[in-house]
Amino acid sequence: MLELKNISYEVEDNLEILNNVSLKIDKGFTAITGPNGSGKSTLAKIIAGIVKPTSGSIILDGEDITNLSITERANKGISFAFQQPVRFKGLTVKDLITFAAGKDTSVSEACNILSEVGLCARDYIDREINASLSGGELKRIEIAIAIARGTKVSIFDEPEAGIDIWSFGSLIEVFESMHRKIDGTIIVISHQEKLLKTADRIIVLADGKVSDDGPKDIIFDKWFCDNSSQRCPKLDDGGKL
Amino acid sequence: MDEVTKKILKEVADLHEIPTGAYNIRKDGKSIGRASSANINIVPKEDKSGIDIFIAPGTKNESVHIPVIISETGLKDVVYNDFYVGEGADVLIVAGCGIHNCGDQESSHVGIHSFHLDKNARVKYVEKHYGEADGRGTNVMDPTTNFDLKEGAYLEMETTQIKGIDSTNRITNGTLSDDATLIIHEKLLTHEEQYARTEFNVDLNGKNSSANVASRSVAKGKSKQEFVSCINGNSQCNGHSECDAIIMDEAVVTAVPKLIASNVDASLIHEAAIGKIAGEQIIKLMTLGLTEQEAEEQIVNGFLK
Repeated sequence: MLELKNISYEVEDNLEILNNVSLKIDKGFTAITGPNGSGKSTLAKIIAGIVKPTSGSIILDGEDITNLSITERANKGISFAFQQPVRFKGLTVKDLITFAAGKDTSVSEACNILSEVGLCARDYIDREINASLSGGELKRIEIAIAIARGTKVSIFDEPEAGIDIWSFGSLIEVFESMHRKIDGTIIVISHQEKLLKTADRIIVLADGKVSDDGPKDIIFDKWFCDNSSQRCPKLDDGGKL
Repeated sequence: MDEVTKKILKEVADLHEIPTGAYNIRKDGKSIGRASSANINIVPKEDKSGIDIFIAPGTKNESVHIPVIISETGLKDVVYNDFYVGEGADVLIVAGCGIHNCGDQESSHVGIHSFHLDKNARVKYVEKHYGEADGRGTNVMDPTTNFDLKEGAYLEMETTQIKGIDSTNRITNGTLSDDATLIIHEKLLTHEEQYARTEFNVDLNGKNSSANVASRSVAKGKSKQEFVSCINGNSQCNGHSECDAIIMDEAVVTAVPKLIASNVDASLIHEAAIGKIAGEQIIKLMTLGLTEQEAEEQIVNGFLK
C-alpha cells in the first residue's frame, strides 16, 4: 500500500502547489483528476521521487521512502510513465525495454510487451527513441515500458495526452486489460472521462487539496453529470452565461 | 602473435586471427604479414614507408584488412597507403591503428591514406583508433585521409576513436566527380586531458554529387574537441554536414562549420548542436532503476553506438 501523509509542496513566493494532501492508495486502479494546475502531476512526481515535497512523508508497504532517490524508489517497485516522453539519440526501444525489465529481453518477450500497446515489435524494436517517432508512438512506448517493469506501483501521467482520436479507443483497451490482469497499484492521472471510467476509485484534486475521493460511480455521477446538468439550463436560458 | 598484438587487432579490426582475403599487418613500423588475393594486389612502396593496394575492376565481395599495431614506446611511425579501386569494384576496407604504450615516451602514428575510386566503384571503409598505456607515455594519432571519387563512385567511411588517444588531428579531404557520393560517420570520445581536432574538406565538383558528413562526439573531463568542416558546392550538388556533441564536466567543444556555394544549384546544409545530457533523460533512466552514473553511461553509449 502506498500512503501519502500530509504532503505539501511550495515553490518560490510561498506559492502552494500541494497543501497537506493525505491519501492511502491500495491495490487496484485509482484515477486522479482535477483541473489544470491542481497539483496532479506534481503529486505523481513526488511519489516517483522526481520532486521532493516541502513537508510530509511517503510510505510504501510500511516503509518510509520520503528520502529515497528516484533509483531507489524504482528498485522498490515504483514505475512512472511521463506525460511527455523523453527522446534519446541512439537508444532504441529494445534498450529501454531491457533497462525496464532489468534483464536482456528476447524479441518474443518484447513483442508481447509492445503488442499490449498495439505496436508491432518487428517495426519498433530497433527504432531509436528519437525525433523519427511520432508523439503518439512515443507515448505508447512509454506506457509499454512501465508495463514491462511490472512493479507493484505504476503511475501514468496523462496517458491520453498526445494520443490521436483514432488511437484513443485502443488506449482505453490497454488500461482495461491492465485492470483485468492487475496485481498491484495503478495510478492514472487523467482528464479523460473514458479513462476515468476504467478506474475503481477516483480522487479529485483542486487547488492542491483533495476535494473529493471515492468509488468511481459515486464520484463520476457527482462531478461529471452534475456539472453538465448545471451548464445546460444556463445555456437554455437565452444562451447567456 | 603475442597477446598485445592479438588484443589490439581485436580492438581495431575486430580480428581474432589472421584475416581471410588480402591483408597487411604493420607492427612497429614494419610489415609482419601480408597477403594478396587474385583481385587485390598489395605492393610495398619503394620510395617511402607504406603500401599500394590495387583492386581490380569489377572485384566484388572482397575485403582488405590493413591494421597497424604500435607497441614500442617513443616510436614515431609514418605510413603512406594508396588504394586504387578499379571500375565497378565493390569492396570492404578495414584499417585501424592501436597503440599499446608501455613506457613514458610519446608514441605516434601518422597514416596518410589516399583512395582513388574509379568510375562506379563502391567502398565501405572502416577505421578505428585505439590506445592503451601502462606508463605515462602519451599516444598521438594524426591521420590524413584523401578521397578522389570518379563518376558514380560511392564511398562510405565509418571512423571511431573511443579510447586512449591523447592527441589527434584528423584531416579528411574529398573530391567528387559527377554522381559521386561520399558518406562519413565519425564517432569520437575524449576524456581527461585529451585533445581531438577533426577537419573535413569536401569539394563537390561533379554534377549531382553528394556528401554527408556526420560527427557525433562526447567530451568528458578537461578534454578539448574541435570540429572544422568546409563543404564547397561547385556544381549542382547536395552537401550536408552535422556536428552533434555532448559536453560534460569541464570539457571544451568548438564547432566551426563552413559552407561555400559557388553554383546556384548547390544545396548545402550544416547542423551543429553542442549541449549537455538532458536532465530529463537521466531522470527517465533513473525511474527504470538505473543510478545517475549508469544512466549517464548508457546515454553516452547509445549516442556513440
